Amino acid sequence: MTATRTAAIVLRHYYLVSGSAARALPLFAWVAIDMVLWGFITQYLNAVSGAAFDFVPVFLGAVLLWDFFTRVMHGVAMAFMEDVWSRNFLNIFATPLSTSEYVGGLVLSSIGTSSVGLIVMLFLASSVFGLSFLAYGVALIPFLLVLFLFGITLGILSAALVLRFGPASEWFIWPIPALLSPFAGVFYPIATLPVWMQYICWTMPPAYVFENVRAIVAGGAASMPELFIGTALAVVYVVLSCWVFVWVYRHSVRTGLIARYSAETVS
Amino acid sequence: MANVLTVESLTKYYGGAAAVDGISFEVARNEIVGLLGPNGAGKTTTINMVLGVLEPTSGSIRVEGIDVATNRSKALECTNFAAVYAPLPGNLTVYQNLRIFGMIYSVKNLSNRIQQLLREFELERFRDVKSGVLSSGEQTRLCLAKAMLNEPHLLLLDEPTASLDPATAQDIRVKIREFVYKRNCGVLWTSHNMYEVEDVCDRVLLLSRGRILLEGDPKALPREHGKDSLEELFIAVARE
Repeated sequence: MTATRTAAIVLRHYYLVSGSAARALPLFAWVAIDMVLWGFITQYLNAVSGAAFDFVPVFLGAVLLWDFFTRVMHGVAMAFMEDVWSRNFLNIFATPLSTSEYVGGLVLSSIGTSSVGLIVMLFLASSVFGLSFLAYGVALIPFLLVLFLFGITLGILSAALVLRFGPASEWFIWPIPALLSPFAGVFYPIATLPVWMQYICWTMPPAYVFENVRAIVAGGAASMPELFIGTALAVVYVVLSCWVFVWVYRHSVRTGLIARYSAETVS
Repeated sequence: MANVLTVESLTKYYGGAAAVDGISFEVARNEIVGLLGPNGAGKTTTINMVLGVLEPTSGSIRVEGIDVATNRSKALECTNFAAVYAPLPGNLTVYQNLRIFGMIYSVKNLSNRIQQLLREFELERFRDVKSGVLSSGEQTRLCLAKAMLNEPHLLLLDEPTASLDPATAQDIRVKIREFVYKRNCGVLWTSHNMYEVEDVCDRVLLLSRGRILLEGDPKALPREHGKDSLEELFIAVARE
């Protein structure tokens, strides 16, 4: 594995983002709007509930963490889609670049782009709406780690999906976070859901994060065994997603999908 | 003459249909080999297999003795290509494209190398221009500059002059020939322009339905088969 090749993928993404307002703006605009919207909603809820319960760390904190996860996933997917949109597969894959170097470049690109969103969200949530992340204590580290890893997983799986099923399948990948959110328990305890949904929830690492966010806000402590399970699951999923990407890539090389992809003959 | 490319019994089947059917050939250093044939003969399929973006059904490909199937990255480090159907990303500038591909190919003294290629291919004034707004001829020159970034031992050119006017095409052919003899590299060149093939290739392989039907010197081959020109021979092969 050569660091220079991975850096080339990151540099490519930097050139694209820094040279285009249409790419740079969404890195922080949508998450900023989410913070403002949910900031005022939580303020309103605090007012009508008579301040018996602080909605800010529950809802605004949850939205911030979920947006971070979404930005990480979209960061990986966007970096991959740039090669799809510019029909660059043949140029990229006919080089010495290995799949691990390529995927590594996508992940590092995503770290850069999602960090911008995270910084903007942290600034807005704390300075305008008084959300203090000190309230989560050291548990904030596993929270962010689990969501980051799961975002990477879904980003890599999205790339594999588009590689396998062609450019039009990109419309499957953007709504994935919305599709998963009912099972992640972002806004409500998992126990609220029917039993069959709860089984699905516990296979998803974000569920462990949001359950513990609520536990801390309710005055309790984070469950370290639960966070360990969430982290372990997230690590396993990252490994599995890399395996799926490599499998799809090899299948594409075997069937000629990559060579034909550049000519847009794959529907 | 040592071979930079050795292809042995190469086959690619799609379902039951053979796109490439057991072809074997070599490309030596300082040699430009033309890969000719009608549409669908298997030229691009062969090039894709050499580039490692298409897995052969059977057979072997070695670049500088390195097996593409088992040591793809190493084999492709000393290979590069330009194809009319693979333009560089139009949303990056000429310089950015060359920088990124130079990094992928681990080119030493990259900034100097880019400057040298910009000069050689008369792209200096387009250095900070997005590749997508270049004319097709300028884009072709950019693709060729990218193909020569890593000073490849094996250069694969799939219709490299297809979108160029005759004068520019002539200049490009001269540049490629100079590059080949200066760098001791081998070239596999596909083209439908028989004049060009006669002018530039040391040897041609005539492919039809995935098989090599004829092989030889492009200037002598037509006479050997009772034809007046390479184009006439090509048409006869295509209609067989």
